Amino acid sequence: MADPMRIRAQVKDDKATVRVLMAHEMEGGQRKDASGNVVPAWYIQEVTATLNGKTVLTAEWGPAVSKNPFLQFVVKGAKAGDKIGISWKDNHGDTRSDEATAT
Amino acid sequence: MAKMRWIALAGGIMLANAVLAQTKDAAVQSIEEYRAMLEDGNPSDLFEAKGEDLWKQIRGPKNASLQQCDLGKGPGVVAGAFVELPRYFADTQRVQDLESRIVTCMQVLQGFDAAKIASTPFDSGEQKNVTALATWIAAQSKGMRFNVPQEHVKEQTAYEIGKRLFFQRGGPHDFACATCHGQDGKRIRLQELANLTRFPGDGVGIAAWPAYRVSTGQMWGMQQRLNDCYRQQRFPYAVFGSDAIIALGVYLGVNSHGAQSVAPAIKR
Repeated sequence: MADPMRIRAQVKDDKATVRVLMAHEMEGGQRKDASGNVVPAWYIQEVTATLNGKTVLTAEWGPAVSKNPFLQFVVKGAKAGDKIGISWKDNHGDTRSDEATAT
Repeated sequence: MAKMRWIALAGGIMLANAVLAQTKDAAVQSIEEYRAMLEDGNPSDLFEAKGEDLWKQIRGPKNASLQQCDLGKGPGVVAGAFVELPRYFADTQRVQDLESRIVTCMQVLQGFDAAKIASTPFDSGEQKNVTALATWIAAQSKGMRFNVPQEHVKEQTAYEIGKRLFFQRGGPHDFACATCHGQDGKRIRLQELANLTRFPGDGVGIAAWPAYRVSTGQMWGMQQRLNDCYRQQRFPYAVFGSDAIIALGVYLGVNSHGAQSVAPAIKR
């Protein structure tokens, strides 16, 4: 199973700044290993963010996104104590979901 | 009149120097801005979390955790251990740095084969776990000041050996560590080079590693960093946990006495 994400959500006024760090290889499928074989593509394709269970952001990612990606966004109307959920799905069908409480 | 012209010329040169100094500062400053931007999402956080987990996890042939590991401040004491390493350990009767000490604990407490881990290439197998553990342990001393001990005779010897290795020239380019890291204000392309023969300042050199390298997407410990210096010198790699690589660590650590640790840092 995939390693956990690190999610931080800081509330200021009526907005929360969410910072997410995901642990993923994000292999683009273009590189070759030491013996000349293509390293197969392996990257996150879908990212979903929720605020108290309601979807607030969806993104489609591709092979150009870096290894161990960092995502930052602002959610309007989020209050301290709200639950921010992030989940991703990669091209192997592997998924990971984590949740953090806004502070 | 001729004299006036000389003064004007001298003034022109001074101005040119000032402009040069300013552009150089601006270049260094923009790199610092770039680093500050990266700081917010330093992926070393991920390795830190993994390391903390590995410290507590029951693993190895002996089914034990590392929680009784003595990093120099007593069994299980992690906070502040990083800034006092490398140091002499009575049980192994040698000076050890953080990474070699972790491997000792993995052998003694968990029953792993230390020689096998030492011969595993960086960034694979158990070496990956050693790096993650080093990342978490270093993070527990973030903001503390370096105080590498020099009381034991073996610690003093290691410093002297480290110093000699630092200045030892060799290889096809006739390079020493000091060739790049022995003067102030030098750069390779856009990377400023620290003068490591004296106090380099807070968060520089040994006080910044383990660090996450954005360019390779890898977490590197100090030993891997030193080996990369040797690679650039076209020297053979030092053996993991060898007296030579630890002696270099002692030399850098003692020179950095009083420097604030920023490890785990983020590098280009």
